[in-house]
Amino acid sequence: MGNSKIRCSLFGAIIMLLFVSIKTQAQNVENGKKIYQTKCLVCHQSDGGGVPNMNAPLDGASNVVGNDIARLVKIIKNGFNERVELDGLYYSNSMTANPDLTPAQISDVLSYIRTSWSNKATKVTTVQVQQAIKGNQKTSAK
Amino acid sequence: MKKGIYLLLSISIHFLANAQDNAGLTLPNGFKANLFAENIGSARHIAISKNGVVFAKLNRADKQGRTIIRLADENKDGVSDNITGWANYGGTGIYLTGNALYASSNEAVFKYQLNGNDEVVNPLNPITVVSGLISRRQHESKSITFDKANNIYVNIGAYSNACQEKDRTPGGKGMMPCPILDSAGGIWKFDASKENQTYGDGKRYATGLRNVIGLDWNPQANKLYVAQHGRDQLNTFFPSLYTDAQNAELPAETFYEINEGDNAGWPYVYYDNVQQKKIVSPEYGGDGKKEGASDIKNPAVAFPAHMAPMGVLFYTGNQFPAKYKNGAFITFHGSWNRAPLPQEGFFVAFVPFKNGKATGEWEIFANGFAGTIDGAKITSTRNAKARPCGLAQGPDGSIYVSDDSKGSIFKISYQK
Repeated sequence: MGNSKIRCSLFGAIIMLLFVSIKTQAQNVENGKKIYQTKCLVCHQSDGGGVPNMNAPLDGASNVVGNDIARLVKIIKNGFNERVELDGLYYSNSMTANPDLTPAQISDVLSYIRTSWSNKATKVTTVQVQQAIKGNQKTSAK
Repeated sequence: MKKGIYLLLSISIHFLANAQDNAGLTLPNGFKANLFAENIGSARHIAISKNGVVFAKLNRADKQGRTIIRLADENKDGVSDNITGWANYGGTGIYLTGNALYASSNEAVFKYQLNGNDEVVNPLNPITVVSGLISRRQHESKSITFDKANNIYVNIGAYSNACQEKDRTPGGKGMMPCPILDSAGGIWKFDASKENQTYGDGKRYATGLRNVIGLDWNPQANKLYVAQHGRDQLNTFFPSLYTDAQNAELPAETFYEINEGDNAGWPYVYYDNVQQKKIVSPEYGGDGKKEGASDIKNPAVAFPAHMAPMGVLFYTGNQFPAKYKNGAFITFHGSWNRAPLPQEGFFVAFVPFKNGKATGEWEIFANGFAGTIDGAKITSTRNAKARPCGLAQGPDGSIYVSDDSKGSIFKISYQK
């Protein structure tokens, strides 16, 4: 009897935890969308389509849904000032740096971008972003 | 029998629909359009010979590795049927004078010789007219036009949005003086009969022009006319001064009559088409109201913001109604920086002229390039089906419009 009570409350706690984590994940994406709308949308457009020859697309872009999270974090933080080839096409515009975005905000906006439009990649955690920033600092120090 | 009538009816309806659909364009009464070519690649500017052969400059090599495409309509049905090409450098500019064909990369201008059949004589060995022009990603197109004295005018776009110390930075200050202007952000003039020229051989003809892609010589006024792409992102970088809605309307895209030595004001001022004033840029201490120096050139015509003028053509033909004679057609590529508001442009405008001067009016001439239904607005630029770019006049007085997204060339004609 006592055992089953403990089991029951444990089960409840797990359900609660799961619920909370799903809710926070949804909030993260929601928050990411807000950041996207203020910081990214003007160039990358509302559907992540970018602007042909100028601003790289995010929707369906191999680098964006790929596994190199460190590169994505670096681009968001530092901006981008090179001609970039992406999936066989070139983009010429400069991207504004975002030094003021926190790791949590970067993970939110990346999670939104990687799961929106036709993108079905994994979300990005704050820990992943923090590790990426550390790694990027090491590489640039070399 | 019934079936046969039905078939006949549906065929004729189909035929009628095709004949009347004007390649998807909306045109003034009496005009018709058809596709002269499709899928030829990123067709930027175009030029047409006196025999009606069209030459298109591609921004990127096509599948066969070519960047100058020659399109002939040998059976004279209004659709190109013999398509060949050469050259391996991307670029925008192309201009035909006599049997000399000039084409530009993003750093240089080359000259080719055509024979009596408008075929290129020296596809692999062009003469280098100008080289070494600055090309730093942004605004790299070197569009070209000529005056009547064999001088070539080359746009050298500024490799920057507003000459900020760090390009495209929120709140960032503009450099004073802007160091870009000594070698870009203007129109340079060169003698087209000379070879292997660079900056030192030419002359900065006009300055303070952020990026000009469309330019043409007005033969009646005997003056250069250029269309400038105004600066971007007033709201993104100065949100306390400009709302999204204000940025969508500011600054104007401007069309200038250019005299030697003119200064259109970039990056220090921009033209506000709501106040109809030249306003100091926020990077240089402006607050959206403070007016700029009075010696800055006023535009001949101001258009809504961000629509991206790509080609200018002064119409000298006799086919179109009289009001079009000596007026200017301008292609608009369509905007991106009006987001989050809907995009605008994706059409060909007509600017009426009287005695060599713009009246200040303008109207949409050909619309529908974006391919939206019932006037629905494009919200994301990539969804536009076609983006108008190059413009040229055929020997019969028809005009041709290129599209650099899917590579169509539209032919627009008038029938009484």
